[in-house]
Amino acid sequence: MFRMFLIKYAEIGVKGKNRYLFEDALIAQIKRTLRRVEGRFSVTKESGRIYVEAVTEFDYDETVAALKTVFGIVGICPVVLLQDNGYEQLSKDVVDYMDKMYPDKKRTFKVQVRRARKNYPMDSMELARELGSDILDAYPEFSVDVHHPQILLQVEIRQNIYVYSEIIPGPGGMPLGTNGKAMLLLSGGIDSPVAGYMIAKRGVVIDAVYFHAPPYTSERAKQKVVDLAKLVSRYSGPMRLHIVNFTDIQLYIYDKCPHDELTIIMRRYMMKIAEEIARKEGAVALITGESIGQVASQTVQSLTVTNEVCTMPVFRPVIGFDKQEIVDIALKIDTYETSIQPYEDCCTIFVAKHPVTKPNLQAIRRSEENLAEKIDEMLKEAVDTAEVVEIDE
Amino acid sequence: MEAYLDNSATTRVFPEVVNLMVKTMSEDYGNPSSMHTKGVEAEQYIKEATKTFAQILKVPEKEIYYTSGGTESDNWALIGTAMANRRTGNHIVVTAMEHPAVGAVADFLEKQGFAVTRLPVNEQGQIDPEKLRESVREDTIVVSMMYVNNEIGAVQDIAELSKVIKGKNPHTYVHVDAIQAFGKYPIYPKRMGIDMLSISSHKLHGPKGVGLLYIDEKVKIVPIIYGGGQQKGMRSGTDNVPGIAGFALAAKMTYADLDIKVERMYQLKQKLVDGLLALGDVHIHGMAVREGAPHIVSAAFVGVRSEVLLHTLEDRGIYVSAGSACSTHKRNASPTMQAIQAPKQLTEATVRFSLAETTTEEEIDYCLSVLGEVLPMLRRYTRR
Repeated sequence: MFRMFLIKYAEIGVKGKNRYLFEDALIAQIKRTLRRVEGRFSVTKESGRIYVEAVTEFDYDETVAALKTVFGIVGICPVVLLQDNGYEQLSKDVVDYMDKMYPDKKRTFKVQVRRARKNYPMDSMELARELGSDILDAYPEFSVDVHHPQILLQVEIRQNIYVYSEIIPGPGGMPLGTNGKAMLLLSGGIDSPVAGYMIAKRGVVIDAVYFHAPPYTSERAKQKVVDLAKLVSRYSGPMRLHIVNFTDIQLYIYDKCPHDELTIIMRRYMMKIAEEIARKEGAVALITGESIGQVASQTVQSLTVTNEVCTMPVFRPVIGFDKQEIVDIALKIDTYETSIQPYEDCCTIFVAKHPVTKPNLQAIRRSEENLAEKIDEMLKEAVDTAEVVEIDE
Repeated sequence: MEAYLDNSATTRVFPEVVNLMVKTMSEDYGNPSSMHTKGVEAEQYIKEATKTFAQILKVPEKEIYYTSGGTESDNWALIGTAMANRRTGNHIVVTAMEHPAVGAVADFLEKQGFAVTRLPVNEQGQIDPEKLRESVREDTIVVSMMYVNNEIGAVQDIAELSKVIKGKNPHTYVHVDAIQAFGKYPIYPKRMGIDMLSISSHKLHGPKGVGLLYIDEKVKIVPIIYGGGQQKGMRSGTDNVPGIAGFALAAKMTYADLDIKVERMYQLKQKLVDGLLALGDVHIHGMAVREGAPHIVSAAFVGVRSEVLLHTLEDRGIYVSAGSACSTHKRNASPTMQAIQAPKQLTEATVRFSLAETTTEEEIDYCLSVLGEVLPMLRRYTRR
């Protein structure tokens, strides 16, 4: 019954003179997303509203699912589009709509009419009253509640007439590409894809970096990260995934530094490499999936020591989340099943039985002096030889 | 150089087999059930194949049924006999180290109300005839045994064990999973007291997705796949002509001069085992070289995680399989490793090398030399 969707967006409205930039970004992203859906669509902007109309056969569920991945959309309203063939026909169609949408009927409703076309023979108040009473005449099980209706039936008189009453929640956020670019440290676990999703949701374009440590991590672990990047890119748009071979650096640290400091030192170098790649790619911030206290390397002291090597801001959107809260988002964005595939990642392969949980920055720096001979060259090598996978879902 | 030493996972298809299969798909592509010439032509391939297997196994042609592979054959043998005999019996026996194609079926049947005994094996992976005798009861429908264990190459004396089973209960059926044994041993069900035998094609240079179940005429069994009534109504589904034709040719080629090929495999196996032991800190699972299967060597490299060794070898073009699926999240020893009670430090360091008649001495030499090179490095970097 629906061939059209009215797209609701919220925050864009407050952006003043930049409003059209945000709207255009949103329309571009809607068009891009609908390319992976069966059918063809026209996406138009009309008096501050965005309409998506199917111009061929289409799959309703698939289309709604796709629209739910577009950041910036607050609500998706399936709309019935009617020709203006006089009040009698309109009343019949609206009553019919209520019957089909709410077969059980026992609900309260209110009719709200907007008359953009002022030459329509009845005014808004009159139309609302008449349509309301026609609905009640046809189906007395409905009842009217003008203050807190369960159904808000909206009728808009324009060139055509639009009827809708449902709002399917969208993901919210800001349209992609309206807020610069950041580099996500993607590990293959549950947290980092969620972190990437959350920052992309604010309109930030993201690229990702993954640390691969063959033979300690397998081809399948790498494939898993590629799969995760693809899942995130359904929301975040195309991204470049940088795969850094980290084995030599890891073994060098293993040889030269105290074992209980291995993880923390390793993470400091990961941040350095990520920042260097970010700089080369025009990204201005880093994103991690760190959450306070989750593991030894994510105590506040450890985070501080890790953070110390960064000059760019590091966004940690799940920092205050409990594991379950992160899992809930991972389930919602469909990355969870992939994240829990049991492949080793490079953070755990040599992890000490009792790693430091309260690292001392001075001590860590002293340990790192043992690496002075070769580390700069190795970091450069790691950045220069990183493999790039173009992700575009 | 490349050394493919994972032939128990699957083998490379013989080129002659590929050619024959191409012909069955591009020229003689008919459906054997069709009444016209195309159907009759295609049917010839099946008849020819069945004749081949009947000769190799020395059984009547009518006792051979094609399936989608070893797993289906195992499922059918157990579920088919359990369902057909539930009035007179309620018990099945499997070993504790069965492949999941048998083990998981036993779990399923247990949930359906059948009693299941899981026979322990010794450290070499062998069944104790005395324990087997004790396990067989008056209501035992079927005993399922693995001729050659897929992980450690342990071999059972099937003829002897069958006598033990039949001696205790002549009505109990003997099912043998010969998926790793077929193509390595002459197997004669009638002489060895085997009532049902599972075989898979892709372990002997045939295509994947095809296998067979030999079923002695006297076995009471029901189908598990119903439909168009192919294969005398016992296993419906359009006959897999390319698969069956390829499978039969692969079997025929494998069984030509089998004794010579097996002797060569034992020599290569001996060389591999000697070379591995010379590396130091290596433990070989299972039976002595000549007592175990000719193509499987299961070795634990103490202090090296199998997955890491596997990826290191893969990087050098050497393909093996890890003894247990392991990661930090999930470290489950396989049923075989648990059954032979291998200690954890060995199971997580276990790698399986599996040979085939196509394996060369150069591959073995190359593998040993790479191992000699990489092991010291791998042993140096470990989790502390």
